[in-house]
Order: sequence, then structure tokens, then C-alpha cells
Amino acid sequence: MNLSSIQYSLRDALRSFRRNKFMSIASMATVAISLLILGSAWLLVLNANFLATKMESELEVNVYLLKEVTREQALNMKPEFEKITGVAEVIFVSKEDGLKLLEDRMDGEGKIQEAMADANPLPDRYRLKADNADLVPQIAKDVELIQGVESVRYGQGMVEKLLSFTHWLRTAGLVVIFAVGLAAVFLIATTIRLTVFSRRREIGIMKLVGATNGYIRRPFFLEGMLIGLTGALIAVGCLHLFYSQLVKNISLTVNFLPVLTDMNILLNIYKNLLLMGTFLGAVGSAISLRRFLKV
Amino acid sequence: MLVLYYIISNTRYNQLYKDVVIKMIQMFNVSKTYEGDVLVKALDDISLHIKKGEFVFIVGPSGAGKSTLMRLMIREEVPSKGQIMVEGRSLPRLRQREIPHYRRKIGTVFQDFKLLMDRTIFENVAFTLEAIETSRSEIKARVPSVLELVGLKDKMSCYPHQLSGGQQQRVCIARAIVNDPLLIIADEPTGNLDPETSREIMNILLAINKRGTTIVTATHDKEMVDLMKKRVIALSSGRIVRDEERGGY
Repeated sequence: MNLSSIQYSLRDALRSFRRNKFMSIASMATVAISLLILGSAWLLVLNANFLATKMESELEVNVYLLKEVTREQALNMKPEFEKITGVAEVIFVSKEDGLKLLEDRMDGEGKIQEAMADANPLPDRYRLKADNADLVPQIAKDVELIQGVESVRYGQGMVEKLLSFTHWLRTAGLVVIFAVGLAAVFLIATTIRLTVFSRRREIGIMKLVGATNGYIRRPFFLEGMLIGLTGALIAVGCLHLFYSQLVKNISLTVNFLPVLTDMNILLNIYKNLLLMGTFLGAVGSAISLRRFLKV
Repeated sequence: MLVLYYIISNTRYNQLYKDVVIKMIQMFNVSKTYEGDVLVKALDDISLHIKKGEFVFIVGPSGAGKSTLMRLMIREEVPSKGQIMVEGRSLPRLRQREIPHYRRKIGTVFQDFKLLMDRTIFENVAFTLEAIETSRSEIKARVPSVLELVGLKDKMSCYPHQLSGGQQQRVCIARAIVNDPLLIIADEPTGNLDPETSREIMNILLAINKRGTTIVTATHDKEMVDLMKKRVIALSSGRIVRDEERGGY
């Protein structure tokens, strides 16, 4: 193998790519679609996991006090919470503060506070931060036994739900990717088979004059890999465009939702998608080339 | 000194060596049967020897086994029985990956030329060299000179359909000899050409033969064979029925 012969293979690969334009584009599109689905599912799973960890790390127990409890009594309860094992921090949120927080979250421009100044329906509450997410259910149980506590909330099941969603998404994603990936591989295989067919005269002559099987196969492999890589490039381009748009929109509207923006992680995904596209192309070519060239 | 030369040239080893080198093609009791619904015996117990530098015609009616013989020589097929040696190497025993390298030593010419219609004459000849991974600069040097040899240097950038049948066959010959083969195998090279052009093609083959290349030609062309006065091997129903030096059809 020398430089010239690699040039010949590359030239031949490009030539057949152009000659079978329609099939090439169709298989390229399939690769692009399958990798786009793969990439989206991948990003979604990563983001869901990111959200789950974030939620876990921010997990806290909200303790709502009975209405009958006076402010003084409420403030005196603080040491009792601090005594519970696993509690890292205890924060008192008065009902006035609670209303203000609500106001901020709903962006009510002071109207809610105005409307409810005399009849604040919110109870006083405590926010307990846990050392460890696993301890939260136990803390909640212990808190419920304390006098003056009306109810305890800690987002029961939320984290579990999110994690099971990620799990489901991962499985569903894998199934879809497998199906579309398979379609892509077979479309590439068909494209390559067509190219082989349209070049059977050339192949016959090449064999007669003493071309090695490796030399004859090379342009077809290159063509398959080229189709795969181009498809992957399209997929990565679309994915990046969509994702950055999505991130922009999220930061403008629902900015409390944490999203992954770490460029290193994204680049890693893109790199893997490109590798996978090339791999799909190589597999497709291999399927087509396996049976011929026996003479 | 003279005595020493005498001794060396008469040793058994040297005799054997000479035998191997001078013989280009040796066939020993070669048979070829095709198994289908009925068994077809294409070649039946063929033994023949072709020396280096010979010009041999293989003649016979259709179905006599000429094409099978050619296919065995280029190692497209292996005999069902018997042995074929080319330059002392057994063709049936060639390994799969050795076959391309064997074929680089032989040139093939066909009745239907087998040119690539979408490539120029230059590209058609260069195609052979590319297939055996010759560098670009060498191709640029070798193709024009070989096209000059067959008298087509000025047609280098033409496409096959712009040429006459005889010119196309000359391209095919140029393609066969561009790699300086030891042996040229031509299957009905003048089958599609008129007598005038056929003679032209034969003269080119003759000129190549004069440079030392062994040429084996299968043909139907009676006039040509009678005119050339070369060795003729006649086949009939898969057997050699005649083998004469300076023979006729």
C-alpha cells in the first residue's frame, strides 16, 4: 500500500458516491436520523441524570407547623429539629417570608402580597437540610412525632420517579436506536451492493490484471465509511443547533431547570456519534463485501 | 576453463534448472469436468509444454475446450485432475493471496476488449497499473510509451467509442503489456475484426513476441493461422488432436 494507491481508492470511492447519488443520500439520511435520535436520547438521559443528582443534593424536608403554634413557640422548636440525626441545617421560614417567596416564584409583582396581607394562608415552616439523601425518609418520620408539626413533605418519590424515567428512556432509546441503526446499516449495505454491481466490469478487469482483494475492497469500504461519517456530521450539526437553541430557550423561560452546558461533555458525545457513524458505514460495507470477491 | 564450463553445464542440477526455466507452461494429464445436471468433460487428459518465447495458436471448434484451457492458465479455475505449472510453479497449489501476484506476470487480451467505456484510452491502460498499486509518476511515464508501441499515442484522450474495433483491440493489448508480462494469453483477439485489421493485430502480437514474451492465442481464424506459420495445437472435444510446429489450421 502506498500513497498513490490510497489516492486511487479515495478517488474511486468519491466517484461511486457521485454515481449513486440518490442511494448515497438516502443511506446518509438514515444514518443522520438514527444518530440524531441516539444523540437526543443521550442528551436527554444525561440531563435527566444531571437533574436527579441536583435534586438529590438539594433534597430537604419541609416541616409545616400547626396554625395554633405561636411564633414564639415555633422559634423554640428549632433545637428539637437540630437534635435529629442526619439533619445538617435547620432554617426557619416565617409565613411572611413564605408569601414573599411565592410572590417571587409566580412573578406576581407584589399583587399577591397585597391581596393576602391580612389573611396569609401559609403556615410557618422549617426547612431541614439532610447530610445525605438516603436519610431523608427517616428524618421525615422522626419529625412527624414532634408536637406542633402539622405535616412533613420532602418530595416523596420525586427522585425515584425521575430515575425510573431515565431508566425507561434509556431502554426505549436503545430499542429505537437499535432499530434505526439496523436500517442504516442495511441501507448502506444495499448502496454498496449497488456500487459493486455497477462496477462489476471494473472489478472483473482488476482481478484479471492482478489487483489484490484488499485493493479491490478498499474503495467500497471508504465509500461506506464516507456515507456514515457524512450522515453523522449532519446529525451532530442538527443536534448541536437544536440543543443550543433549547438551552437558550430554557434559560430564558424556565431557568430553575438545570441543563447540561458543559462543552467537554457535549464534544465527547459528538465525537462518539461521528465514530459510530463511521462504524455503521464500515459494518454496512463489510456485509456487502463479505460474499463477493471469492475468485 | 573450458572443461569446467563443460562440467557445470552438464550437471543434473543444471539440466533440471534449464528445464524449469525454459518451459513456460507445462500441463500434465489435465482434465476439467464441470458438474451440473450432467457432467461435462471440457478437457480430457491434456499434456502439453510451451517454451519460453513461443507463439502458439490453440484452434478448434466451439466447445472444444479452448476457453477452459485459457481459464486454467490465468488461474481462474483449477483442473479437476492433473497438474499445470507456469514458470515451474504449480497453479492449483497457488494460495488465494498469491493469485493476484501470479496474474501480474501474465497479460490477457479478449475478443470483446473489456475496455471501460467511461474512461479515456490513457485511463484504461493506467487502470491496470493502478490496480497493482503503481505510483502515479510511474504510470505517467509508462502509459504513453506503451500506447506509442501499439500506435495509439495520439488517441490517448479519446474514449473507446471514438475508436474503431481494431484500435480498441490495440488498447486492450497495450493494457496487457503495460506491466511487461512474461506471458500473454489472448482469447479470440481477432474474433470481432475484419481480415485487414486482424492482420494488423497479429503483427503487433508478433512484435511483442519478438521481444521475448510468450504468446498463447486461442482462435477460430483459419486464414490467420495458415498465414502465420506458428505452432498450432488443435483441440477437439477436450482432447489434443494435433500439435505441430509451423502448422496450419
